[in-house]
Amino acid sequence: MAPRALDYESLNENVKKVQYAVRGELYLRASELQKEGKKIIFTNVGNPQALGQKPLTFPRQVVALCQAPFLLDDPNVGLLFPADAIARAKHYLSLTTGGLGAYSDSRGLPGVRKEVAEFIGRRDGHPSDPELIFLTDGASKGVMQILNTIIRGEGDGILVPVPQYPLYSAAIALFGGSLVPYYLEETANWGLDINDLRQSVSRARANGITVRAMVIINPGNPTGQCLSQANLKEILYFCYQENLVLLGDEVYQQNIYQDERPFISARKVLLGMGPPISRELQLVSFHTVSKGYWGECGQRGGYFEMTNIPPKSVDEIYKVASISLSPNVPAQIFMGLMVNPLKPGDISYDQFVLESKGILESLRRRARIMTDGFNSCRNVVCNFTEGAMYSFPQIRLPPRAIQAAKQAGKVPDVFYCLKLLEATGISTVPGSGFGQKEGVFHLRTTILPAEEEMPEIMASFKKFNDEFMEQYEDHRGYSRM
Amino acid sequence: MRRFAAERARDLLRSHSLQRYSRRRLLSSLTSQSQSRFLSSTSPPDSPPSMGSQPVTLDTINPKVLKCEYAVRGEIVSIAQRLQQELKENPGSHPFDEILYCNIGNPQSLGQQPITFFREVIALCDHPSILDKSETQGLFSADAIERAWQILDQIPGRATGAYSHSQGIKGLRDAIADGIEARDGFPADPNDIFLTDGASPAVHMMMQLLIRSESDGIFCPIPQYPLYSASIALHGGTLVPYYLDEETGWGLEVSDLQKQLDSARSKGITVRALVVINPGNPTGQVLAEENQQQIVEFCKKEGLVLLADEVYQENIYVPDKQFHSFKKIARSMGYGENDISLVSFQSVSKGYYGECGKRGGYMEVTGFSADVREQIYKVASVNLCSNITGQILASLVMNPPKVGDESYESYCEERDGILSSLARRAQTLEQALNSLEGITCNRAEGAMYLFPRIHLPQKAIKAAEAAKTAPDAFYCRRLLDATGIVVVPGSGFGQVPGTWHFRCTILPQEDKIPAVVSRLTEFHKGFMDEFRD
Repeated sequence: MAPRALDYESLNENVKKVQYAVRGELYLRASELQKEGKKIIFTNVGNPQALGQKPLTFPRQVVALCQAPFLLDDPNVGLLFPADAIARAKHYLSLTTGGLGAYSDSRGLPGVRKEVAEFIGRRDGHPSDPELIFLTDGASKGVMQILNTIIRGEGDGILVPVPQYPLYSAAIALFGGSLVPYYLEETANWGLDINDLRQSVSRARANGITVRAMVIINPGNPTGQCLSQANLKEILYFCYQENLVLLGDEVYQQNIYQDERPFISARKVLLGMGPPISRELQLVSFHTVSKGYWGECGQRGGYFEMTNIPPKSVDEIYKVASISLSPNVPAQIFMGLMVNPLKPGDISYDQFVLESKGILESLRRRARIMTDGFNSCRNVVCNFTEGAMYSFPQIRLPPRAIQAAKQAGKVPDVFYCLKLLEATGISTVPGSGFGQKEGVFHLRTTILPAEEEMPEIMASFKKFNDEFMEQYEDHRGYSRM
Repeated sequence: MRRFAAERARDLLRSHSLQRYSRRRLLSSLTSQSQSRFLSSTSPPDSPPSMGSQPVTLDTINPKVLKCEYAVRGEIVSIAQRLQQELKENPGSHPFDEILYCNIGNPQSLGQQPITFFREVIALCDHPSILDKSETQGLFSADAIERAWQILDQIPGRATGAYSHSQGIKGLRDAIADGIEARDGFPADPNDIFLTDGASPAVHMMMQLLIRSESDGIFCPIPQYPLYSASIALHGGTLVPYYLDEETGWGLEVSDLQKQLDSARSKGITVRALVVINPGNPTGQVLAEENQQQIVEFCKKEGLVLLADEVYQENIYVPDKQFHSFKKIARSMGYGENDISLVSFQSVSKGYYGECGKRGGYMEVTGFSADVREQIYKVASVNLCSNITGQILASLVMNPPKVGDESYESYCEERDGILSSLARRAQTLEQALNSLEGITCNRAEGAMYLFPRIHLPQKAIKAAEAAKTAPDAFYCRRLLDATGIVVVPGSGFGQVPGTWHFRCTILPQEDKIPAVVSRLTEFHKGFMDEFRD
């Protein structure tokens, strides 16, 4: 047999370094068990519609009409579709050249980008430029594009929160850069410590790394914390002083479950700080149709907005976007609908509000149910989910459990999560997939299972956990600090 | 966009001079504020913030980004967009009424209609709640409704808004595998299929896996579709060219391949893969079976991954040629999983369906070890999954209506109408180009393009030099300015040095073709009159 053209040894090393636990070992094991007939509750990824959340009616009506425009000519179309959906479909079709089947501008349809800019303007009170907004096949693609633009080699470091959503660590590995961690403080509600941030940067620089960018995820994933205006100001000053571009992952901006810290965009804070920082600090902000109360993950719709990025760099970013021709057009329409929603008086408005509120209020309740549920378990401590879609409880594994994990050749939290999966069918992602302080273990679950199933899920978890702790604790019990 | 960019550049320059002064002022104001954590945790910085370039500027961004090029949406297109805007604001400001974009294989933007059945199914999958309403039956064909049900049953919870399996929905991959088997007569495994947002991301994925450094080379045809050159540049590899022979209808000589391979190796390049585009882009040739067999043998012998771009497999316009997938060829030669590593790319953007905007496609990956497959899966999983509509479309393209289905006849009528029209347009345009002085054009056996060679007079070449433009770009610019027709200079695809070409699509609707021909003819005559030696 001839030597294989591409074997494991000759693969790009960067690819081998990539880890993405969200669809890693636990997920693969859960899929195996599902095939064997076991009931699995997939809480490994923020995928609302996979767990029963219904799509909003109005956008689906509009996009269906756009996909099949011949329906618009049928006299009976009004029997199935309300007039405002019909009108909106015509509006979006008019923004295209040739309908949904044609490549759009590589940055996305100008008309939709205008709607996004108007949304940002209304949200923040500062005008936004559609020319600096690029629609992408999901926010992830946008993140990858920007990181690829920044990272020149392993000498380039990107500041990433720990714990983080592992798209960042994966992308940095893929592009051959260096991840510079800054630790969020669990005991301070996953707050950011500017001191720790400075130290991370100093350490990196002492190792010859040029720190180029800082990632913030607000609201946080997996941690859920919402940044205050003061926090954002600190971060912006810091990036300005250290000459970093700030990458603001704001995909969960509609998922806020407390009232003390409503969402405020990094751009709003930046522009509010006035010149010179408002004219110089480089910022890229990311958003999506996958989260919020829309949950349209499968459409792959997102955008990034650039602030203070020089025109020539924007041209280069455009050039790379043009190689992939264009983002998918149906998702662009979803994005337009998301940023340009129905208004009071529109035929479909009431139903839209009913559906949206229903989802958001339920998410808020589930955030509370889950946090309280975890906190009622032995050796489990859980910060409240202020935003996003996840719960990230700390599991205080007794020393004997850690030992058993080692013997099984598993990282301790992976060991715990596998046992949880086998016992209850709950598929989570071990905290090691997101990063955590040495010796501290977590798991990430979503708050997305249906509300009526939550009590049973939490009871099932508690039973497993408390029995696990019983099994692995010593006789005096593992004391809660 | 470029005009706006220039204005912003001027603004930036103006504000730059204020930077230094402003930064010092900002610092002093910071230290006097009482932001507790900010102050107490550190002492004020010893020196002002770095005056070096910001993180995202031309001198600090990834040089590979700077290096890559993609002419299909390059400079000439930006100029065309500007002219289009000018026409809109000031009708009559140019010697033409409209811009005709013949630069990009984007059929539906030029009036090609989508296949009704496909759109019916997609619309129903987008809005499944109307499926059990009686009114739906009046608006949609029965087999579209049935197919939508079938597809939805393959999606857990019928949730088309959920992320799917990272390779794509299993049931859809089953349908695609069946379609591949029906096409080739050899089995296909759904686990070998990775559904992607168009074929392009799949190509990028493979380049990412294959290229470790600039010592890794990828064999590419010249001329080529510049996704390949761009992707290789982006991933830091080296493009190793093999020249297609214009004299023999863009044929490929294996002896030439060998020569280029040996030359690359002698320079210390490890050649990892060979890209073949069949039918060709921009060249339009359909490879002869014998040629394909030679390529398979070559890759097997030299240990190269065969990357087969087969996105134009349903665009064949000549009766004496047929599409054969490389997998079919390899399997017919008796070569299996252990003999050759092969990746085939397919897309929903071309063929007769032309669904570019949906971003649907897949790669079929065969002949790799399990641990490599795992890595491919891992990279796919970071993006979670490709868009569901694109996935559904890919399954429809590979599994269209069959004899006896309610929509079969109208589907065939639409399909054949589009394909025969494409064949006619290919022929008409080719003949028109060949009738022009100094232009020779190989026939378009397949794909969507013509790639005529222009034998430019010396005078024209000198004029181009004076304008600091490549001669083919000079010609294309003049063509645009005179006629509003946008084509892409051959240098965007690669060509034998000293030869000049341009790529023009065959996609304007048939009723526009006479106007295209006459405008082109008139322009060319004028150009030759001006520059004839």
